[in-house]
Amino acid sequence: MSVLIVIEAVEGKLNKGAFEICTYGYKTSKVLGTTCEALIIGDAHNATEVGKYGVANALQIGNISFDSKVFTQIIAKTANDLGADTIIFRHNSTAKNVAGRLAIRMDAGLVSGVKSIPQANGNTLLVDKSVYSGKAIATYEINSPVKVLTVMGNTIQPEIVGEAAIVTLSSTPIPASTTQVIERKTITGIVPLPEAEMVVSAGRGMKGPENWAIIEELASEIGATTACSRPVADAHWRPHHEHVGQTGVAIRPNLYFAIGISGAIQHLAGVNSSKTIVVINKDPEAPFFKAADYGVVGDLFEIVPKLTEAIRRFKQH
Amino acid sequence: MKLLVCISKTPDTTSKISFVNNGTQYNEEGISFIMNPYDEWYALVKAIEIKEKNGGTVTVINVGDASNDIVIRKALAIGADDAIRVDGKPTSAEYVAKQIAHIAKQQAYDIIFTGKETIDYNGSEVGPMVAELLDYDYFAFASDLSIDGSKKTVSREIEGGVEITTSTNPIVVSAAKGLAEQRIPNMQGIMMSKRKPLEIVNPIAVAEKVSVKIHTLPEAKKGVKLVDSNDMDELVRLLHEEAKAL
Ligand SMILES: Cc1cc2nc3c(=O)[nH]c(=O)nc-3n(C[C@H](O)[C@H](O)[C@H](O)COP(=O)(O)OP(=O)(O)OC[C@H]3O[C@@H](n4cnc5c(N)ncnc54)[C@H](O)[C@@H]3O)c2cc1C
Repeated sequence: MSVLIVIEAVEGKLNKGAFEICTYGYKTSKVLGTTCEALIIGDAHNATEVGKYGVANALQIGNISFDSKVFTQIIAKTANDLGADTIIFRHNSTAKNVAGRLAIRMDAGLVSGVKSIPQANGNTLLVDKSVYSGKAIATYEINSPVKVLTVMGNTIQPEIVGEAAIVTLSSTPIPASTTQVIERKTITGIVPLPEAEMVVSAGRGMKGPENWAIIEELASEIGATTACSRPVADAHWRPHHEHVGQTGVAIRPNLYFAIGISGAIQHLAGVNSSKTIVVINKDPEAPFFKAADYGVVGDLFEIVPKLTEAIRRFKQH
Repeated sequence: MKLLVCISKTPDTTSKISFVNNGTQYNEEGISFIMNPYDEWYALVKAIEIKEKNGGTVTVINVGDASNDIVIRKALAIGADDAIRVDGKPTSAEYVAKQIAHIAKQQAYDIIFTGKETIDYNGSEVGPMVAELLDYDYFAFASDLSIDGSKKTVSREIEGGVEITTSTNPIVVSAAKGLAEQRIPNMQGIMMSKRKPLEIVNPIAVAEKVSVKIHTLPEAKKGVKLVDSNDMDELVRLLHEEAKAL
């Protein structure tokens, strides 16, 4: 009757996203009056740190190639062995491949993309998720004995509550895979968009790809990841993986700069859950201002370099 | 190749969202419904492309009432060969997945497609559930798929990149941008769609494990705070002190 979180090592370590899930799992275990255990997939030199965020007991398996069936079988076996009945993932690509399978295998109720700490209501759990691309919130009730949740990034900040944990190597046998990973191509050196805390995004107002230096300077000054609107990616001004919105990547950073982007509904659908939105646009009527927290009306080619300068001054103090 | 494409009906992206009956029910009044874009642009078109290249059949399946026939006919107009509608009320991903798997079990499809998510409940849940129910391999957010005999090579989106995997088993894939390009149905397709078979079948019973208790609208933004374009120090101060974002 415990909570089991499933987290993964990225490039040899657990990152902030994994610790968010530790804190989420810990808080959920408090709501349910039980403990939080972790299954760590992949080698991570900082695995013991999960204890600081409230994980009572951690099992680790080494690096294995991704296969949705294999992952599902390992997680189900681990949950059954531990007697865990609430299984929690971050809402990332692994969860999108595995959580649905796991729910069927364990006869569990699944809610994906959750953005609140569960509330217990008798034997059922209540959780909130965004629906209609962020235009509404649905409160779900899960009434099955076993429950699976996938949690949106940035739902909760990691909180230190304890000491480092002892991490035990999992003894669950790894089932044979029937698929073969032949290549993995990832950008290195920058935080991928779905994980980014800060995003600097620019649109057609930039006029052409040759003008992107001011965007990159602002992003590098604050350690943000760059993004763009769809027409910008379609015109090959920027690589496709930067395209955010309904058809592109959906993101949820703490801080989103929208520069020379009009704020069409399809764009907003992928970014409107950002905590703080700053819009820079020369058109005071641009729809994006309605979705913004802070706005600057004016020419981005003048404003963006001044903003980068102001941040530089601020950091020197 | 026997190909199955799961399609759903969703409100158009630009629809205003509201709820009735104390927030329990989506207000359909004045809403125009469309085929879920990822199902239409990527999943369906990719299946048709495979059929054009490798031969085979493309069947579309939808779970819902007769008001969905219009999106099913559109899928037939774009190029699917035939359609199945399970005449049930799609109340959860598990309900939908179990209907689809129940039918697919008898048919031995080589590839089953879904969209990467629906634009209403944004779940990404039906595909992996169908895969588990049928014991197929599963690839979420596929941006490329090529076929060589029984070998399928799939690129799927992962954080900051793609992973390329091969499988010789039957597979379920959820379709994302890159997999195919939208096709607009032509007049001939529309005419033909009217004569293509649409089979209506009864649903199987599924005990629901999740249900939506209430819908609410997100808190409205407090309104934008405008900052003078000559005072970026003020914007930085606000982002630091007020928003605590820098
Ligand atoms: C089905 C569908 C799906 C879509 N999916 C997406 C999606 O996923 N993501 C997406 O982004 N779009 C998507 N779109 C497109 C979307 O509707 C808009 O067309 C698009 O977001 C507009 O991009 P933009 O804001 O960069 O360009 P524009 O709408 O052209 O806006 C440019 C903005 O820049 C401002 N500007 C110009 N010059 C300056 C200057 N010097 N200084 C300051 N401001 C300036 C202008 O005032 C204007 O507001 C989709 C559309 C459809 C139909």
